[in-house]
Amino acid sequence: MRGFGALLGREMRLAIRHPADSLAAVLFFVLVAALFPFGIGPAPEALARLAPGALLAAGLLAALLPLDRLFGADAEDGTLDQLLLSGMGAAVVALAKALAHWLVTGLPLLVATPIAGAMLNLATEAWPAAMAALGLATAFLSLLGTAGAALTLGARRGGVLLPLLVLPLAIPAVIFGAAGIEAAAAGLEARPYLLLLGALVAAALPLAPLAAGAALRVE
Amino acid sequence: MLQAENLACRRGERVVFAGLSFKVEPGEAVLLTGANGAGKSTLLRLLAGLLAPAEGRLLWQGADAFADRAAHAGRLRYLSHADALKPGLTARENLGFFARLWGGDAGAALDQLGLAALAGLPARVLSSGQKRRVALARLALAPAALWLLDEPTVGLDAASVERLGGLLARHRAAGGMVLAATHLPLPLPDARELRL
Repeated sequence: MRGFGALLGREMRLAIRHPADSLAAVLFFVLVAALFPFGIGPAPEALARLAPGALLAAGLLAALLPLDRLFGADAEDGTLDQLLLSGMGAAVVALAKALAHWLVTGLPLLVATPIAGAMLNLATEAWPAAMAALGLATAFLSLLGTAGAALTLGARRGGVLLPLLVLPLAIPAVIFGAAGIEAAAAGLEARPYLLLLGALVAAALPLAPLAAGAALRVE
Repeated sequence: MLQAENLACRRGERVVFAGLSFKVEPGEAVLLTGANGAGKSTLLRLLAGLLAPAEGRLLWQGADAFADRAAHAGRLRYLSHADALKPGLTARENLGFFARLWGGDAGAALDQLGLAALAGLPARVLSSGQKRRVALARLALAPAALWLLDEPTVGLDAASVERLGGLLARHRAAGGMVLAATHLPLPLPDARELRL
């Protein structure tokens, strides 16, 4: 547990020293959301109808951006070897990395959700549901993505392979997340959908780090 | 006591080495020598548990060393070619992370390698020799029985090699073992040579 805290603290410190990664993900998210109004034209209702799915898709794509460097930088500078020899177990290393990824990219996206929601003409009463859905969906992606990043580590085209591997698995998160936001926008209960999304996160929480850990150990 | 029995390693289709047996007693130092590509770094990675041997066994005090990988990792320090430093963190922060894992004091360890004045500088502005010294300072943090060193003196000046010599001597005097791959003379008196 001491190792987990040390690694997480170090990842946070690195993220604060290099805020560009978080900023890039947030700007990417807002920009993708801003593209939709231009594509749809003068039809606010159509835009509002698209908003839940567009928010989820933009959020997941933005969170995917820094994933291919999640283990790459550590593998290149020798840190990964030291982490694997730190005695904390490869799965714990992967869990710390996943949590750090969510804190550094997923969490900042929540702050930008109202901006993106406004651009997509999302009803204001659906904003809290949108933030909850995005928070859970990005957590799911952080976990899946950590396993994907560990698997594609060292692959020649890892950067391309990673989204192909991870995004299909993230489809359930898009379905439940968008359904929850849509329900909230229509004045219905978003809770059941968010709970299903939470169940996905709960299932991935032990499985993805174990898979990532196994992938990291195999060379 | 570390004992290798008939170790073999394969990378892809190529056999890097095979039938390798040796013993290291407490306080002993072994120099791994051999041409480039002879498998010195590979052997060190294998001994660290980062690679699985294709054949053979590694014994620690007579028991299989890889039966409990966490315990094996806990008794060794591995210094690879790469310095494992984050350019954005200072020397002290870089070392502080390992101090939290293993115990020990980052400031005192940096002091032992003559880096006290550079402790507050980000690793990105350090020279390659200074980075190597910060990596070596990891050895001074907390005791571990087995040191696996891959070209520890690359880029070091004479004074730093001498400091490393003191560190190695203290480690061996306390019953520590050293396996070092090198092309350069190392400050390891009466070290045994293992030619790959």
